[in-house]
Amino acid sequence: MGLALLVLIWLITLASTYFFVAKTWWLPVGASSAAGWIDHQFALTFVIMGIVFVAAQLSLGYIVWKYRDRPSRAPVEYSHGNTTLEVVWTILTAVLFIGLNLMGSSVWASQRFDAAEAGAVQVEVTGMQFAWYFRYPGPDGKYGATSPKLMDPSAGGEAAVGLNPSDPAAKDDVVTGTMFLPVNRDVDVSLRAVDVIHSFFVPSLRFKQDTVPGLNIHMHFKPTAIGEYEIACAELCGLGHYKMHGMVHVVSQDDFDKWIAAREAEKQ
Amino acid sequence: MATPASVHAHAPQGFIRKYIFSLDHKVIGIQYFFLALTAVFVGMFLSLLMRIHLIWPAAVLPLVGEIKPETYLSLLTMHGTIMVFFVLTTAPQGGFGNYFLPIQIGAPDMAFPVLNMLSFWTTFVGFVVIIAAFFVTGGAPLHGWTGYTPLSALPSAGPGEQLGADLWIASIAIFCIASLMGALNFITTTLDLRAKGMTMMRMPLTVWSWFITAILGLLAFGVLLSAGILLLMDRNLGTSFYVPLVVVNGQIMGHKGGSPLLWQHLFWFFGHPEVYIAILPGMGVASQVLSTFSRKPIFGYRAMVYAMLSIGFFGFMVWGHHMFMSGMSPYSAFAFSILTMCIGVPSAIKTFNWLGTMYKGRIRFHTPMLYAIGFVSLFVSGGLSGPFLAQPVLDIQLHDTYFVVGHFHLIMGVAAIFGIFAATYYWFPKMFGRMMNEPMGKLHFFLTLAGTYAIFMPMHYLGMAGQTRRYSQFTEVAYQQKLLPLQTFMTYAAIITIAAQFIFVINLFWSMFKGPKASDNPWESTTLEWTTATPPPHDNFGGVTPVVHHGPYEYGVPGAPRDYVMQTDPANSTTH
Repeated sequence: MGLALLVLIWLITLASTYFFVAKTWWLPVGASSAAGWIDHQFALTFVIMGIVFVAAQLSLGYIVWKYRDRPSRAPVEYSHGNTTLEVVWTILTAVLFIGLNLMGSSVWASQRFDAAEAGAVQVEVTGMQFAWYFRYPGPDGKYGATSPKLMDPSAGGEAAVGLNPSDPAAKDDVVTGTMFLPVNRDVDVSLRAVDVIHSFFVPSLRFKQDTVPGLNIHMHFKPTAIGEYEIACAELCGLGHYKMHGMVHVVSQDDFDKWIAAREAEKQ
Repeated sequence: MATPASVHAHAPQGFIRKYIFSLDHKVIGIQYFFLALTAVFVGMFLSLLMRIHLIWPAAVLPLVGEIKPETYLSLLTMHGTIMVFFVLTTAPQGGFGNYFLPIQIGAPDMAFPVLNMLSFWTTFVGFVVIIAAFFVTGGAPLHGWTGYTPLSALPSAGPGEQLGADLWIASIAIFCIASLMGALNFITTTLDLRAKGMTMMRMPLTVWSWFITAILGLLAFGVLLSAGILLLMDRNLGTSFYVPLVVVNGQIMGHKGGSPLLWQHLFWFFGHPEVYIAILPGMGVASQVLSTFSRKPIFGYRAMVYAMLSIGFFGFMVWGHHMFMSGMSPYSAFAFSILTMCIGVPSAIKTFNWLGTMYKGRIRFHTPMLYAIGFVSLFVSGGLSGPFLAQPVLDIQLHDTYFVVGHFHLIMGVAAIFGIFAATYYWFPKMFGRMMNEPMGKLHFFLTLAGTYAIFMPMHYLGMAGQTRRYSQFTEVAYQQKLLPLQTFMTYAAIITIAAQFIFVINLFWSMFKGPKASDNPWESTTLEWTTATPPPHDNFGGVTPVVHHGPYEYGVPGAPRDYVMQTDPANSTTH
């Protein structure tokens, strides 16, 4: 029985570890400036926890086999523990866990507390059941007023976010269902939701933030590779949660300028 | 020592007073156990439907028909709620805690037997109310077991959010009231009804775990109860605690100025301690069983007690780690993150001590021991993904993905269930007077351990690859579609694992009536429940008041006539 248990625990451990180490399934390739940091912290945590995982499971399997009850076994060691050992592993674990945590903090801080770089592209992201809308403020750099009274999700686009056409600042606002961004430029996003909580998650850009009704959340990130990246809503928002999908197109600055100019032209 | 009034009387003879509205903590414990057993099969059946729907979305199933996306969300909401409240909170604490806490401390009953009966029947009503949510117009709610507002506060936000959602909240509120009554009873009983010589530091670790769990329950369920009442008011009385001005499908709702994050704070202020409410009794049982079947004293008894106390203490200060992506102040993330890492330390200590207990022991592989060993393995596996999720910066990628689902299922789901299984196989002889079938128990164990790992370990891979949770289908997002083969594997694993649970049920009921008669102390254990008759008499010790002379885990004592010293054995100088 001890042997069966050893074999099962070791098999589970090795099989689980194999798929982690072989990276059969892994984080998608990162395409933003934060990805390097986040992936590094992930890898570090992964290595440390991986070693602890393998060591703990293998010793568990070994101990249950080695100390199985047999007539030939020496009497057990009558012991109530060892205070020195308790202190040692308490301190070791504390240093390891808290140290690991502090190492990741600077990444979090730089993303959350520093303002977006000057000249960042401004985009407002609006989540609603079950679509994403993206608004660009246009040449005036100002978002026009919106009103809940004007929101009409069935009409889509500007009407869905409730843009008030009588506001001069709204004249050049562009609202789209797909997000276009220039590569290697900081993006200053304002995130909001009109009905329930959604979450703007772009795995390849290592970006996730809930969009919350009543809050206007400012964040920034910088895409670093041209490509098309999928958005998946990451907060349960109702029956269509699974299809609240969108795309981010990261393009060259030239292509971005052309794209936004074409949208402005359409609007006039 | 105070004695509850009821126990002076003889055991009631009528069927109703003896088995239905009983004041006997043992009967109430068994009632809780069977309520949880019913609930776990309902919850498991729901998860089976979910797994089937994910792989074969168009399948038309007997009884349920075709599962629509909103039905899938109702299934996950009800699965989570039923499992967390009516299984993981009910079985370890209400079931085994009720039955064995008084006996293990040498008391004739709980401090408040009537309150005890009331708390069971209130829990029962809560269960009936939540099951009713399936059958009302619109069906069960789809807002998830966390019930995030505004989704859960707006009847027009989706199917199931009408009467079904009200019943869901009402059920939870009723459950909270029952748990508060239970918690008061457990705390009072532990503090006031211990037998002579049963000092706090001689209490079995199971008693410590039930005691600490009761304190957590007392502090946590009150908050959830209040939060739930406010939510009911938002839904039905036009208040706006949780809902700001929102527009649902083009319609302006009549709310203004509420905060969706308020619900999350209140919910997780309860929700995180709840994780420990589910797992602490499992830790207690694992300690008890590992020591008994290794024939060695528990390694570091005091360290184990302090570790549980600090888990309980820190457990109330980490709720914000569920909210790193919520829009909460990013500054507070630092505090919640560091405190979360701190709670990992006592958890690690416990693991070291369990390994230390088995080290150089003489391990007997009875089924309860197998489950306790499985508990340790799962606790390690589920625990080690914690430090990933405790880091806000990694949460950016992992929050609300299958990585989280894998993490909490391993640790508060499966590990806690393994604690319940260990307890069932260990105490069954005392509760029902017969032994369970060992070969069936072992088969059940091996299938369940391998099966649960096969279901939940792949979830970590899926989460890393960005698979979002609570998706009824993965067909709409290209990168997620590629992960379907792994999901298919998990569904097959789930079907096999669920099938294996019938081995347990058959063993349980067969042994109850046909199993070989159990002796008073079949495992050669040391704690007080093994000093009395099997099953214990109405007043637990047949008119005798036990006197305790030893610590709870005196195994392998040199010079003792047997390899163990019962807690009630005469005093000597060799033990604690």
